[in-house]
Amino acid sequence: MQWTADTVRTEVIRILQAFNPNSIELTPETSLTGDLGLDSLGAMNLVMELEEQFDVEIPLNLLPDVHTLQDLVETVSARLNED
Amino acid sequence: MSLLEKYDGIAARHSRLLEAGRDPFAIRMDRIVSATEAVIDGRDVILAGTNNYLGLTFDPECLTAASDAIAQEGTGTTGSRIANGTYSSHRALEQEIAEFLGRDSALVFPTGYQANLGILAGLAGPDDVILLDADSHASIYDGCRLTGATLIRFRHNSPEDLDRRLRRLKDDPRAKLVVVEGIYSMLGDQAPLDEFADVKRRHNAELMVDEAHSLGVFGENGRGVAEAAGVEADVDYVVGTFSKSLGTVGGFGASSRAGFERLRYTSRPYMFTASSSPASIATARAALGKIRSTPALRQRLWDNARMMHSRLAALGLTICAEVSPIVAVKMPDEEAAVMMWNALLEAGVYVNLALPPGTPDGSCLLRCSVSAAHTEEQIEKVCAVFSSCRQELENRRFVPSAAE
Repeated sequence: MQWTADTVRTEVIRILQAFNPNSIELTPETSLTGDLGLDSLGAMNLVMELEEQFDVEIPLNLLPDVHTLQDLVETVSARLNED
Repeated sequence: MSLLEKYDGIAARHSRLLEAGRDPFAIRMDRIVSATEAVIDGRDVILAGTNNYLGLTFDPECLTAASDAIAQEGTGTTGSRIANGTYSSHRALEQEIAEFLGRDSALVFPTGYQANLGILAGLAGPDDVILLDADSHASIYDGCRLTGATLIRFRHNSPEDLDRRLRRLKDDPRAKLVVVEGIYSMLGDQAPLDEFADVKRRHNAELMVDEAHSLGVFGENGRGVAEAAGVEADVDYVVGTFSKSLGTVGGFGASSRAGFERLRYTSRPYMFTASSSPASIATARAALGKIRSTPALRQRLWDNARMMHSRLAALGLTICAEVSPIVAVKMPDEEAAVMMWNALLEAGVYVNLALPPGTPDGSCLLRCSVSAAHTEEQIEKVCAVFSSCRQELENRRFVPSAAE
């Protein structure tokens, strides 16, 4: 399937709901560690879900630069474009 | 914010653990009585969580080898392998490991943790790709980080997921290293090495297997899960430790790949640490000799593992994997695990308390490891104590207290 910036964002938000136990409102600025409380293992598991859904590799090395939901959307989009 | 404030959250969790009793991460063995017994807090305790699979820590031949080495070579080498820290005994151990595993070469490290760091950091660099099992040990994750390689994590024990990811990389010219373990330390589950070997062959990747918990335990000759699965020829690099079945401390990497010896002058964790003490090296050599000469040890270990597994399962406890010397009992939650762990210790049984994120899938585990040195009576006692502690726990949690 062809992904656009909007569909990537929608899909990332949908997947993130499983990592949002307190059902806080997800915005582009939502911090994965600060707001969602993800630890390093949680972040790696989230990445695995994203990889599966988007059929793309997101190397762990990229994680240190991913802080917010927007970073996540941009990382996924960049990986999709690379492939 | 000061440096240590970042741990406020985890420190609060630690404090909550202490409310249930003693600190599970600061157990002090006051006296070691044997391979399976110690005194903790003045109490005689059966050790059922030490990874001392073959029970060799008090083996007379190993004790003599260690004390002879201290007398002849001293207490320490005071140097790194690339300076003054390589004795003929270090090289002899490396040759014996290589021979045992049927490999051309082996490198010895001061700990198993450092072996993973040293082999991974030596093999891979920023221009390579490492594909690692999601449930890999911390030493593998840390070693991978040192490489600067592109790190791709595949689903635990899933050759299909590895295959899918390697297919995505099919036009990528970079060298690819697949990293798995023979037996996973927390649950005791076994990697499907025959299927992984098939995937790595098809994609022309290289395969490293960490046999930390399986060396001396699996395979007709004790060479590990790769031997048991009949795929040793597909395993390019074997990593292992001396601190489990060999009953001492140290680790190794072994391979027949051309150029493996180059790690001796390129792998920083190999080069820039003091070498193993003569006593550790001599003990590892003696213990390796025992593994080769005494298959009955392995037989006894497996008899004990089957007994512990079936007795605990018969109590209705949830055991996380098939029979192996690691018998991990799954608890419903952290509170139950911590209470039960404290109760077990008070009743004279030490097992490992394993909590997330150190465990897969958020599991809270009471992780037992069986030894060839356990007697039937000891295993019976461990299982009886599990039974009575569980009863006690159920009473405490589900029967209202007098105050209510």
